Formats: sequence, structure tokens, C-alpha cells
Amino acid sequence: MLKINKPIRANPAFMKVARLLAHVVIFGWLGIVFYQGFSDQLGGDPVQTLLDFTGIGALNLLVISLIISPLAMSFKFTQLLPFRRPVGLYSALYGLSHFYVFIAFELQFEMQLIFAEIIKRPYITVGFVTLIILIVLAVTSVNRIKKRMGTTWFTLHSLAYVAVVLAGLHYLWLVKSAWYEPAIYLIFSVCLLFLRRDKIKKIFK
Amino acid sequence: MFFKFRNSNSLTENQVTDEAVYKQRRDVLKKLGYLGAGTLLAASTKATAGPFDWFSDEDKAKFATSALNFSKVESNASSDILTPMDKATGYNNFYEFGTDKEDPIQHSQSFRVDPWSLSIEGLVEKPITLGYDDLFSSFDLEERIYRLRCVEAWSMVIPWLGFSLANIIKKAQPLSSAKYVSFQTLYEPKQMPGQRSRFTGGGVDFPYVEGLRLDEAMQSLTMLSVGMYGKTLPPQNGAPIRLVVPWKYGFKSIKSIVKIVLTDKQPPTTWQTLAADEYGFYANVNPKVDHPRWSQARERRITGGGLLAQNRIDTLPFNGYDEVASLYKSMDLSKFY
Repeated sequence: MLKINKPIRANPAFMKVARLLAHVVIFGWLGIVFYQGFSDQLGGDPVQTLLDFTGIGALNLLVISLIISPLAMSFKFTQLLPFRRPVGLYSALYGLSHFYVFIAFELQFEMQLIFAEIIKRPYITVGFVTLIILIVLAVTSVNRIKKRMGTTWFTLHSLAYVAVVLAGLHYLWLVKSAWYEPAIYLIFSVCLLFLRRDKIKKIFK
Repeated sequence: MFFKFRNSNSLTENQVTDEAVYKQRRDVLKKLGYLGAGTLLAASTKATAGPFDWFSDEDKAKFATSALNFSKVESNASSDILTPMDKATGYNNFYEFGTDKEDPIQHSQSFRVDPWSLSIEGLVEKPITLGYDDLFSSFDLEERIYRLRCVEAWSMVIPWLGFSLANIIKKAQPLSSAKYVSFQTLYEPKQMPGQRSRFTGGGVDFPYVEGLRLDEAMQSLTMLSVGMYGKTLPPQNGAPIRLVVPWKYGFKSIKSIVKIVLTDKQPPTTWQTLAADEYGFYANVNPKVDHPRWSQARERRITGGGLLAQNRIDTLPFNGYDEVASLYKSMDLSKFY
């Protein structure tokens, strides 16, 4: 991995603004697209557009949350690390929105169909498992719980690696024929895991 | 002839706001200065929903369509609410122009349709070649309102203009050995960016090809369409001429056709070649036969309105066109999907 000797140190006020901006952009974007959906500004099929947006959004955020650590390490830029939790939390929020759009607008709360689809369609099963992981990680990200869990917390949160691969698989599985975009995500995720190979090996010891 | 009473809540075409009037409304608003920051956020009818789309030029030169003369035909879809034109022309699967639903309208506006050449050949007595003008003048044009059911479980209701495919096949006088009809879309990578590489065209081996059994092709519902909503087709909907087979999934209704060939063998079709376990040759709309990855029992009808106006309805066998059932009498439709 690329190593830089001189640590990067940014003005704390600047980092604060950057964090605020990240919140505004990630949350605001989701809000705007939902607003466009409700007011019929999302083209021919607002449901599909919203499904795609929230799904890809959740995956992007999950990938970004996993890029932060290697970036912070190679540039000795430790001020990036506090970004991991909000980005991960937003990934879970986008994932939840994705699921909500699916059951509320795609299946319109036909309960039987919702259960049947989750069980019967492998790509939906995979997506659902991914969502469960993200929710568990989100809930346990509270400081108090984190402290109480001790080292188990780190093992549990390694599930993010499983989630990113499952999310990529979910995406690859649902496309009709344009497989390369999900394939790029999967390859990239595997690269991110490769950077953490030592840590992952430890978990399995 | 049969007559149908309309439900009071069903719309007919003369209730659709004329496009020109609709545009005037926008002009008036513009002049009054109402369309300022609001439209930046609204991002036109595009659905990519990216922050940078707000800055793209909304007034890019649109493909020019022109009004057509036609007669109206009572259709059994008349009780369905029409899909608004901007949805039917802004949300398309046409991988020749890209795989996203908004790609076709964005990447096809400079598509050249004149000159055009459509040939009917193969096992026929008299092969025919039609030029661009012939497409509109060789047969009387009718308006038919059909339901369009996509294999992706959404549907639209569209007023097509055109004529029965049977008319043109009869004119070419099929030989008795002809059993199938194959269709081919234009192959011109210069004009169709999706054809330039596997990556932009969704892995499809172009040109796009489709096929029907001869009796399906001769069914009077099967039409060649040259227009929609009273005007010639825009490129994203398959200008200048396309097939419409309302009881089959949308991918059977091949667009921008250059060649129709009568054959004695079942022709290959693009989606069957790509994934035979998911897309069959027949592709009849059938709520009982699921796509391997999703249910076909119900569909989302695309009409106006946002998320809350979404309409989920039961999918009907043969998309509600029961008159075609006799074509498949002795066939196991779960096997021949």
C-alpha cells in the first residue's frame, strides 16, 4: 500500500464544515429525489427510478465507508476516520429507503407477495440479508453499545465486508443483461477486502 | 361491430391536452418569470436524478414529428386511461440508444429516418421495398389504443397509428412454405451509440432481431406502427416504423424495422439468444408464468402522477386480448413461454 511519511493535518474547522457538507449532500439528495418522486418529476416510472437511486446510493455509500480507512492510513490522514460512522449510517438509511420503496410502491403492501418475493427470488433474499446486516451495524454503532461490546464490536462490524459483496451480488443478479457495472462494483469491493486481508485472516483464526 | 359504454372516469383521447397548448402554458409561465429556480430543482422530465443533471440543457433540439391523417378504430382498450405522451416517449427500452430508460430520448434526437428502406422478402411471391414516404401512404392508417405490457412488469396504454401487418404480408403474397416471419432493426452504429460496443448496448449482439409465427403475424391485432398520439413516431419509440404485438411482452415489438423476411424455420430472436431460460420465442403475456427473477402476476400501470398515484393491477392472460387464445390451443404455454 502507498505510504506517505508526513501526516496530513487539516484545520479542524475545515473538517467540521466538510462533515456538515457531507450530511447536507447525502441527506438532502435523498430528500430531493423523494420529493421529485411524490411530485411526479422522476420520468416515466418514478418507482423504478427511486429504487435504482436508493439501491445504488446505499452501495456507493457502503463502498465509500470502506475506502475511508485505507485512505486515512496511506495518507496518514486520521481526521478522515470520523466520517466512517455517518457514511455507514447513511448507507443503512438509503438501504432502508430502498426496501421501503420496494414494499410500499413496487409491491404496494401486498404482504403475502412481499414475503413470497423475499423467499422465492434469490437476488431479493440476498438484498434482504444485506439490509439486515446494515441495520444491525447501524444500531450497534451507538457509542454506549460499542463500548459495552468491547472487541466483539470490531468482529461484528467486519460484517460490512460481507454486506458490500452481497450488495454487489444483489445488483449483478437483478440486471437484465448489462452486467459490467455491477461487476465493476464487485471487483472493486474485492480489492477493498484484499487491502484488509490481514485483518480478515485474524477474524477467522 | 360492438359498442361499449365508457365508464365516466375513463379518459378518451379528445380529453388529452393538446401538446401545443401544453407547451404554450410553459411559454406563458416562462414569460411571467415563474420558471426560475423552481425548474432547476424540477430537472425537467428526466429521471436520472443526479445533481449535475440540473444544469443540463433542457431545450436540446428535439426530433421533429409531424401530424398524420388517420381513422379511429374502436378498441377494447378504450376503458383504460392513456399513458401521458411524455411518459411513453421518455421512458423506453431501446438498447440501440443506451440501456437506461432515459437514454433513448437523450441519444436519439438527431436520428435520421428519411431516407428509409423497409423490405419484405424471403418466401414471398412479390418482394416489396418501401421508402420513407411509402410507409405512410401505402396503407390507410388507423389509430388503435393498445395496452403495452413490458416483461419488467410495468405497462402503458398507447394510441398507436398504423396498419395491420397482415396487409403488407398479403400484398407480398407469401408462399405456402412460409411458416414464420422474422424482423430486423436498423444496424448503423454511427447513428445508434448502443451498437458501438457491448458496454453501451447491454451486451446485445446487434442488429436486434425478432420473429413471429405466420399466423400470429396475420392476426389483425398485430400492427406495424408509424405513429403515436396523432403524430409520426419519435426515434426513441422506433421511428419510422415498428411492430406492435399487444398480447406479447414489449420486447417482441421490434423498433425501427428495415427488413421483414418470411421463412420456413423459427427465426432466432435477440432476447432468447441472450437468455433462453428467461425470454422465450412466444413471450405471450402470462400472469401464471413468472420470469425466473420476478413475478408476472401483477403489473404497475404507468399513468400520470407521482409515487402515490402508482397503479398496481392484475396482469391478464394475453394482456387481456383473449381473441388470440385460439392461436395457442394445443400448446403448453408454461413450456412455450
